[in-house]
Amino acid sequence: MNLGISALQYVNSIKNGDFTVEEFIEKSFERIKEIDDKLHAFLSFNDIALEKAKGIDRQISSNQKIGQCFGMPISVKDNMCVEGTKTTCASKVLENFVSPYTGTAVSRLDAEDAIIIGKTNLDEFAMGLSTEFSAYGPSKNPWNIDYVPGGSSGGSAVSVSANECIASLGSDTGGSIRNPASFCSIVGLKPTYGLVSRFGLVSYANSLDQIGPMTKTVKDSAFLLNIISGVDHNDNTTIDNKNQDYLKNIDAGIAGKKIGIVTEMTNPDGLSTGVLNATNDAIKKFEDLGANCEQVSLGMSKYAVAAYYTITSTEAGSNLARYDNIRYGYEFDSSGFEFNSYISQARSKLGPEVVRRMIVGGFVPSAGHAGKYFLKALKVKSKLITEINHIFKKFDYLISPTVPIQPFKFGEKINDPVSFMLVDFNTVTANLTGIPAISVPFKIENGLPIGIQIMANHMDEHSLLRAAYALEKTVSLPEVEI
Amino acid sequence: MAKIGLEIHGQLTKLESKLFCPCKADYRQFEPNTNICPICMGIPGSLPLLNRTAVEKATLIAMALDCKTPHKIAFFRKNYFYPDLPKNFQITQLNVYGNTSIGWEGKISVADKVIRIRRIQLEEDPGRLIYEGANEKTKVTLVDYNRAGTPLVEIVTEPDFETPHEVREFLNILSDLLENLNVSDPGLEGAMRADANVSIEGGSKVEIKNIGSFHDLEKAVHFEITRQQSLVERKIEIVQETRHWDDGRKITVSARTKEEEAEYRYHLEADIPWVRINDDTKNQLQTHMPESISSKKERYVSKYGITSQVADILASDRYFSELFENAKNQTNAKDIANMITTDIMGLLDTRKKRETSKLSSEHLSDLVEYIKSNKITRASAKLALDEIIKNGKLLEEIISDLDLGHVSDKDELSNIITQVLNEEAKAVKDAKLNPEIVNFLVGKVMQKTRGKADPELTLSLLKKSLGFD
Repeated sequence: MNLGISALQYVNSIKNGDFTVEEFIEKSFERIKEIDDKLHAFLSFNDIALEKAKGIDRQISSNQKIGQCFGMPISVKDNMCVEGTKTTCASKVLENFVSPYTGTAVSRLDAEDAIIIGKTNLDEFAMGLSTEFSAYGPSKNPWNIDYVPGGSSGGSAVSVSANECIASLGSDTGGSIRNPASFCSIVGLKPTYGLVSRFGLVSYANSLDQIGPMTKTVKDSAFLLNIISGVDHNDNTTIDNKNQDYLKNIDAGIAGKKIGIVTEMTNPDGLSTGVLNATNDAIKKFEDLGANCEQVSLGMSKYAVAAYYTITSTEAGSNLARYDNIRYGYEFDSSGFEFNSYISQARSKLGPEVVRRMIVGGFVPSAGHAGKYFLKALKVKSKLITEINHIFKKFDYLISPTVPIQPFKFGEKINDPVSFMLVDFNTVTANLTGIPAISVPFKIENGLPIGIQIMANHMDEHSLLRAAYALEKTVSLPEVEI
Repeated sequence: MAKIGLEIHGQLTKLESKLFCPCKADYRQFEPNTNICPICMGIPGSLPLLNRTAVEKATLIAMALDCKTPHKIAFFRKNYFYPDLPKNFQITQLNVYGNTSIGWEGKISVADKVIRIRRIQLEEDPGRLIYEGANEKTKVTLVDYNRAGTPLVEIVTEPDFETPHEVREFLNILSDLLENLNVSDPGLEGAMRADANVSIEGGSKVEIKNIGSFHDLEKAVHFEITRQQSLVERKIEIVQETRHWDDGRKITVSARTKEEEAEYRYHLEADIPWVRINDDTKNQLQTHMPESISSKKERYVSKYGITSQVADILASDRYFSELFENAKNQTNAKDIANMITTDIMGLLDTRKKRETSKLSSEHLSDLVEYIKSNKITRASAKLALDEIIKNGKLLEEIISDLDLGHVSDKDELSNIITQVLNEEAKAVKDAKLNPEIVNFLVGKVMQKTRGKADPELTLSLLKKSLGFD
């Protein structure tokens, strides 16, 4: 049995009776047991996964109707609520938080008979891009365990790329799906803001957060997006996508399409040599596929990272204020504390990166400083949207490398916040403008992956996935050896 | 001269659910912390779901207060830490970056004066803190989140009041208005709360908080003006500060902890998309807006000839004006109005009595009808009212149960009069000298008939028997 198969292959195999759901789940757990001590993709596991697998097998053998996922094992980033299980956000603050409900994206997968196999590691509250800020220790890149897997959905990327499960759900606020997808050589899709319900996703920066699939193939992303997308009465910001089928005509190709190569995101000064070469190769492949590639400048993108950190810190400062340990949290004797000292004591379990952003988030939107920072950041955001709208009148897609550099070693960047932030340079624009973006595995250079990012217009996932599929078909990458 | 401005918080108690979740807006009936859900408790991953009816009801208030209303409204987060605030921010509205609150620049007439409304915003109420414990050492603060997230309108006036009396009058009018719009039940404990800003000429503005009732607000404002005037007389500077109303001592006291410049880090609530309120919706609301109190009053006077005083009392009270509207027709309106204001308002003077009352508009029109056609006396009508309120039986039934039927049968009445004349020989004798005594004899007949005798018929029969004619 090959655990490295895609979601669609899995569905076919189950339908063909090649193996049972139980067998597959059992094998997946065996593999996790074998390698996850080393990789640390998971923070917790689903105790009743095997039971559920047996139940689905019984349904199959008695010819009952089965959901589209046929019991495939899917991991979920540990900032999404699943009823009755811990949702820690990789923070000590939520060490014992058991969610009283299941979020929409997960419950839609569950309704289609996916098996949530476990919850995956992340940077605390999704703030970071290497999983080094997880309060429970980092995940390791399966391509080379001395290197970071990217983040913040690092655990999800590792679990898929190391064949511990078929696919995963991640969340992306400034690149948190695409960055680890690129670093671990899997497909990661950040949908249009509002296409996937955020109900059950623990907010980091709620005007930018978005859930998306992390998969082995582009088709798998389309398959999962079909299931999790669409309007949800539990999230007022969701958009009705009229039940689009993203797999339909996914192989239509991109001949005649106009592709913009974002100048600022492909600047040779900002890119490592390996990434620059890979980007040029990718451009060539797009042209071979019949697309017209042309440089295009996205002037405001220079300010995007600064705006991104200003906005996300402001929102995070507000979203994380609720962790005062009054209604849920960890054991803490409150007697003898006055309220303000209680609050600071209760919040002392937040990790360093979270604290850094809380401090920034307390400052940039404050009266007297908002004009200089927060309001300016909003202005950048709005100008960036105008610019993007203008560009998409002319272009079908924008492309760039997903990350300007290849995976780095643990500890290499953690003490230099600014260079750390610049790693987000190519990914934050899609979040600030709300457009969909995908990272497609493109190359393995020096044993480490490089991904290419494609962006499309608002709600144009259909066309985005076509381009991603077209590019994916042109590359053949080695299997990860672990 | 004093300048007084108010900030009123009115709960939209007539709504079914809270502002952002399906929990009940009427939290008062619940045991502590049982009217809660992941949304109003701020459980991680939950998102606010806007109650559109609340937006409409609040818009109705804005329209009734002559406010300008926006095409799109937005919500903002006001960030501060307090144990009664589950998310440690309050979802509210802000007009700093353009007018996006429910309404602004409105006005309302109070006596002969126009009070300007600066702004109306829709926001969530926090939970409630309960302080318990015998002394400082055993003191605990309990938190009840049942109220957290209930819909609130904040109405901010310009500093247009000059006397505590005007303040009180305004609050009465506003409270009647909210009740009349059927958005709130201002009589409920905590349903309407107000803070006041008070300043006198040349002095700084002082904010008074923590005022329990409108009655106390009037007193607090009065106290504060006197306090500030006496400071000025003694040439002591009035400091800008927040003072709390001490309910026990009936004075305002400095909040002491020097309140720092509030830092709320306002920003847009991205979880709630901007809400469009188009002209259709506004027209719809306007069409279904309940008739205003002043228009009702005018109609009662001009159409039914009800006195302006009675019309005013009737129109200002939603419960009684509804009773009136349902019972009245062109001919009986005046009598119905009088019966409500003279008899029924006294019998149903508390919320509890109104809630348990079985009196219907049919009862009311029947009563008036029976009195008019001499089937029952006014005195009997009062007795019947008592019974109707208690058990809601038909008037006909009550009259027979209590034997309240009018004695207007000549023969029956004559018999009773003969009895009375026999029993009261002395009075009969005196009556020949002093005709006023006849009233005493009428009273005796009434006593015997327990008020059921037709007074006019009794008098004429008595006079006849006494040979007065």
